[in-house]
Amino acid sequence: MEQREVLKKSRVLMVGAGGIGCELLKTLVLTGFHNIDIIDMDTIEVSNLNRQFLFRKRHVGQSKAKVAREAVLKFRPDANVTSYHANVKDEQFNVDFYQQFQVVLNGLDNLDARRHVNRLCLAAGVPLIESGTTGYLGQVTVHVKGKTECYECQPKPAPKTYPICTITSTPSKPVHCIVWAKELVLVKLFGDRSQASDLNLQAADSDHEDFLQLRDAETISDFCARVFDQIFGHNIEVALKNEDQWKNRRRPTPLFLSGVLPEGIETCKAHRFSESILSVMPLLGFKNPQEVLSLQDNARLFISAMRAILETRTKEIGSLTFDKDDQLAMEFVSSAANLRAYSFGIPVMSIFDAKGIAGNIIHAIATTNAIIAGLIVIEAVKILMKDLDHCRMTYCVEHPSRKRLLMPADPFEPNPNCYVCSNTPLILEVNTGHTKLKDVIDRILRTKLGVSSPVIMHGTSLLFETGDDLGKEEIQLYTSNSEKVLAELPTPVTNGGVLSVEDLQQEFKCSIHIRHRDNFDEEKEPDGMVLIGWSSSVAEQEKDKGKPIAAPAASAEVIDDDDITLIEPAAKKRKPEDDSVPLGKKQKVLE
Amino acid sequence: MEEEAALTEQETAVYDRQIRVWGVQAQRRLSKSRVLVAGLTGVTAEACKNLVLAGIGSLVVLDDRPAVFDPCSSTFLVCHDHNASTDENKSVAEVCAAALRDFNPMVDVTMFLFSLVGTSVMDVDNYDVVILNRAAIKDKRRINELCRRSAHKVSFYTVDCIGSRGEIFVDLQTHTYTSKAAADAAESCELTKKFPSFEDVSSVPWNCLPKRISKLFFAMRVLEEFVQATGRQAGPENLPELLALRTQMCSKQGVADSLIPESLLAGLAGADGTEFPPVSAILGGILGQASRSSSLPLVKALSGKGDPLRSFFYFDTDDGKGIIEEIIS
Repeated sequence: MEQREVLKKSRVLMVGAGGIGCELLKTLVLTGFHNIDIIDMDTIEVSNLNRQFLFRKRHVGQSKAKVAREAVLKFRPDANVTSYHANVKDEQFNVDFYQQFQVVLNGLDNLDARRHVNRLCLAAGVPLIESGTTGYLGQVTVHVKGKTECYECQPKPAPKTYPICTITSTPSKPVHCIVWAKELVLVKLFGDRSQASDLNLQAADSDHEDFLQLRDAETISDFCARVFDQIFGHNIEVALKNEDQWKNRRRPTPLFLSGVLPEGIETCKAHRFSESILSVMPLLGFKNPQEVLSLQDNARLFISAMRAILETRTKEIGSLTFDKDDQLAMEFVSSAANLRAYSFGIPVMSIFDAKGIAGNIIHAIATTNAIIAGLIVIEAVKILMKDLDHCRMTYCVEHPSRKRLLMPADPFEPNPNCYVCSNTPLILEVNTGHTKLKDVIDRILRTKLGVSSPVIMHGTSLLFETGDDLGKEEIQLYTSNSEKVLAELPTPVTNGGVLSVEDLQQEFKCSIHIRHRDNFDEEKEPDGMVLIGWSSSVAEQEKDKGKPIAAPAASAEVIDDDDITLIEPAAKKRKPEDDSVPLGKKQKVLE
Repeated sequence: MEEEAALTEQETAVYDRQIRVWGVQAQRRLSKSRVLVAGLTGVTAEACKNLVLAGIGSLVVLDDRPAVFDPCSSTFLVCHDHNASTDENKSVAEVCAAALRDFNPMVDVTMFLFSLVGTSVMDVDNYDVVILNRAAIKDKRRINELCRRSAHKVSFYTVDCIGSRGEIFVDLQTHTYTSKAAADAAESCELTKKFPSFEDVSSVPWNCLPKRISKLFFAMRVLEEFVQATGRQAGPENLPELLALRTQMCSKQGVADSLIPESLLAGLAGADGTEFPPVSAILGGILGQASRSSSLPLVKALSGKGDPLRSFFYFDTDDGKGIIEEIIS
């Protein structure tokens, strides 16, 4: 059949209507693709407009999938585009749904969703074209079950975590200070305290358990000053007493308001904040977000931002969550992080840079997305024309290598030890006497294996599952099980035991063999357990043999926006059934 | 150091993600750059979109063909209902300029109705970047020379997307940029590269060029000759003439016919003047990146290191390589 006819009759699924999505939808319809379904749960933001060209300023707040469809119909009115303003992890997008399509095209920005789609494509037997971009870098990979590796055949870097002590006691990089400010200080002062890390902000000071609470007859300004001295001054003095810690490290400098702002905080106290104040920086005369502020200015910003939040956002105190677009919260986090950085001799940041780190912002331009989208469509055409032998991966680089800006490479063969597409068992080294089931669920199943709705069996005993249809007794049982250490479960899980894990929605299944180990290195093994057992993939084996790999190291992995900085143990306690991502999480609440 | 105006609040908000790529200074300079694009087809529609989104100062588009909506071949800048507007005789330039303005109201987009054909003088002095699409070889040479003679630097580009292949040519005259001496060097140094003009590259004898050069370079020169001789794009029925031209040109250059595979010429002719949209997007993306960086006199302002593209970029869907070729005499 002629190519034009084939494309017209085909049906493709796009996941993501953002940077890559807009370019992809446009190029698909121009190329003659006719039936396109597109899923995206996000709404349009101003910062999208530099590259998501199907959107206009007037569309801010609306569904990306919906607006993208409308925009494309303007220049290809006959295109049959179906848009879903929904989370691709929703149950409606099951294997039957995927089987309607000849190819699936991902334009996602997070690992979790990519893995989910990968598993469903494998289950449905539908080829998947994956892609990603960051700045000038980009790549396109093709995944055909049985013929090429699946998306998970090569282990992907899991979200970055930092050891607890680095965050609370021995920071050495700006990001450590940001995580401290965002996950500890902000949460303790304004957020849900039950969600905060179990660890105290200071090394040890049991006399002042509620030092972070406003005391009776204390003014807000005085409270702010007291908190400043506590977390930047007193706590550092206490930490300095632990001589061992500073043997090979630069000793931090305690900061007290009287030293940093000798004139006092009268100027900070003088401002009257309006009810709806969004930002204190202009009031203090800081107009340039790219400017790195002095120690004194950061102190002023900290006091003012903290005051503004306490005085004008009283309803949110106790439940505030960090949002990078919440300018006031960002000013608080950035000033707190910078004060800590000054104290520890770490380079300080402009608020622009701090926001990038705190918000895991991916830098992005239109051109790379356009190029990658073009490459995706080229591969999609091959798949539809059943020309699978000519499918390839392509890397787009910033600096040419051997005269090439775009580098094609043959797809890798499936990894025979891939636990996703070839069902190889995994090994988990863990202390079965100390580790609770819920920790295995959070740190291994959800985080590392990308399983959203795990069903865990130990032999014939069902230890854990999630779902809306569970009875009260079942929920009680599973909750109680998740709080038990492995060795004390109804059927004890000890050395040599095997857990079988399934996710019914993803049609994914794997086995985990348990190996007991008493001790784990806090710095190198912050999870307190180690998942091993899949041997190196084909690509790594070839590397060992000395064969050159086509993929240039610099662009081997583009960054997802969820290189989330978590603290171990997990700062957020999940409720067992709360494993779905709310729709339109980036949508601002409209009142 | 001249005092430069800060970015407006709107610019900061919209351009946030790209400022994180190339920095505020580069963004400021971009907002002063003036670009001319002659000839609006798929590939330049893409390039214009990219340049406008990036926030250049002004864009002038040239194309006097009447705009007709064709559901199979119109670019994404032409909407299906424009025919219904009050003025039915709009040109491609007018329709596309209006659409581009909508992408980014902060960019000044205007158009002229005349095409290069028949224009004896073009005032390149009003621009920092000139991009010619599907231009005849004599126009390429002439306009390139005008750019080189201008008092200030005018960067010159040509682009030709034919079917599933394409070529971009770049002339930045003398270009200074920062680069690292080696990939892992800690320090950046300032380098200067001289670019050959289109005239220079087209007069290099073929038998002096390295064997591994992209065959598309030669094939495109044959097609150029065809357009020069006949005034139109080659179609599949013109393969015999292309082969004859190939023989003629290769013989003159002292190289074998086999330098330019017949299948390549057949593929180019087979496109019949159309563009394969994914390739328009790829070339438009490369062109958008290249012309953005060259509109800045000193690439030092960019966040990256600045090795500029010299002088040709080729893409061929068959092998999927995006190749930079240097043609030096």
